[in-house]
Amino acid sequence: MSDNGSGKPKFAMYWAASCGGCEIAVLNIGEKILDVDAAFDVVFWPVAMDAKYHDVEAMPDKSITLTLFNGSIRNQENEHLAKLLRQKSAILVAFGSCATEGCIPGMANFSSTEEIFTAVYDTISTHNPEGTRPKTEWMTPEGIVLTIPQFYPMIKTLDQVVDVDYFMPGCPPESHQIAAVVDLVIQALAGKATLPPKGSVIGAGGSTVCDECVRARNVKKIDKFVRIHEVAEVDPTLCLLEQGILCNGLATRSGCGALCPGVGAACIGCYGPAADVVDYGARLMTAVASVIDSRDPNEIEAILDGIPDPAGSFYRFNLAHSLLRAGKPAVSGNKP
Amino acid sequence: MSEPFEPVIIGFTCNWCSYRAADLAGTARVKYPPNVRLIRLMCSGRLDPTFVLKALSQGADGVMITGCHPGECHYIEQNYKAMRRYLLLRRTLAQMGIEPGRVKLVWASAAEGVKLAKEISTLVEEIRALGPLNWPGRVKMATGGNGTAVSAHISQEVTA
Repeated sequence: MSDNGSGKPKFAMYWAASCGGCEIAVLNIGEKILDVDAAFDVVFWPVAMDAKYHDVEAMPDKSITLTLFNGSIRNQENEHLAKLLRQKSAILVAFGSCATEGCIPGMANFSSTEEIFTAVYDTISTHNPEGTRPKTEWMTPEGIVLTIPQFYPMIKTLDQVVDVDYFMPGCPPESHQIAAVVDLVIQALAGKATLPPKGSVIGAGGSTVCDECVRARNVKKIDKFVRIHEVAEVDPTLCLLEQGILCNGLATRSGCGALCPGVGAACIGCYGPAADVVDYGARLMTAVASVIDSRDPNEIEAILDGIPDPAGSFYRFNLAHSLLRAGKPAVSGNKP
Repeated sequence: MSEPFEPVIIGFTCNWCSYRAADLAGTARVKYPPNVRLIRLMCSGRLDPTFVLKALSQGADGVMITGCHPGECHYIEQNYKAMRRYLLLRRTLAQMGIEPGRVKLVWASAAEGVKLAKEISTLVEEIRALGPLNWPGRVKMATGGNGTAVSAHISQEVTA
């Protein structure tokens, strides 16, 4: 623990159900990380330093100035830490797509717990001869009860569990955006800048990825959807959607610099819904369906066959924060 | 169950055709079940799939989308957009395990009050057969009572 009484503001970063990419993105800010060290005492950051949960529990309430919380709420431990860090932090940032909208882990909300456990513990690629499944409680032969955190039927986002001050989208957030946010907080602590209003999306733009994309755009009329490997050659300058490649840029928040379409890969929507979009997938359905160039139901169906996985394409990052939040299997009971 | 299940259906109507068809049905005293709550839009082309998902997520058992017959849109071709969005939405809902039959698209001109009433009656019976969707209750169960409403988590736009 580096709480050496320096009087510096305190910084914490935590990962719940996440991949660790957000932590790498933070380290990717380069020498700016030295500014973080100069401006803050890092009091809790499991991926970077040793710390125990009881150390956090012992901290006074609101004593951590800034907490970046990445990862979604998959189990009881995630929820416990979310609540603990909310209590101990002055500013709690939902950091990255998992914490803000569920992200890839959130797609587990299409499936029931039983389906998830079967995929993990009982498929042909899994060596599990005893058919072991996780149990929240287990008594050892010595009579000691061991516990693991409970697995929840649905992934939740951070703001579905606790009050969140700021939302920083991205999978992961772009390093230059992180650096800008770090700068802003340091400036604000020095009284040289003011923080945005609570509830703001920070470290991102207010428009869409299309707005940042350099590709040429025309009136869209799509008579066939193709996947990128089905195209002999992607036109390097023309809008990908106009080439029939499903691109999520039109509903996705700007801030990444349209990196993916810039190199010929469709936007998959990791920066989450653009400003004022209530349901990301619905906005994409609205936009994509409207530019299909047919008035015949059978022909429209044939064109839609070119999108083999609409739910997965439209809710790849946003399912847990969408209006429905999950598919029917996940919300239909089936306790682990 | 002691009482029969009475489905709640949200119906979106077009100002220029189906809303008037519903009006006509009323004027002509054509009977249809009271399970449908009609909301008037200016055009079926205004029907954002968000509306359907919001209705289902907040407790509707079914949604009916109505518009002018193909080729007769007051705004030339917006009902074709409604048709395409509907077909895409059905596919997405099916993947999410929600019976596509809970959402139905019906064309009804201003003169077709009887047809609209019949379609409503049919849909009510179809959804009665499917049973309650009860999405808010399901989410509440699956989240351990934490049924926090999904909010657009943006109050103001800031570029840091």
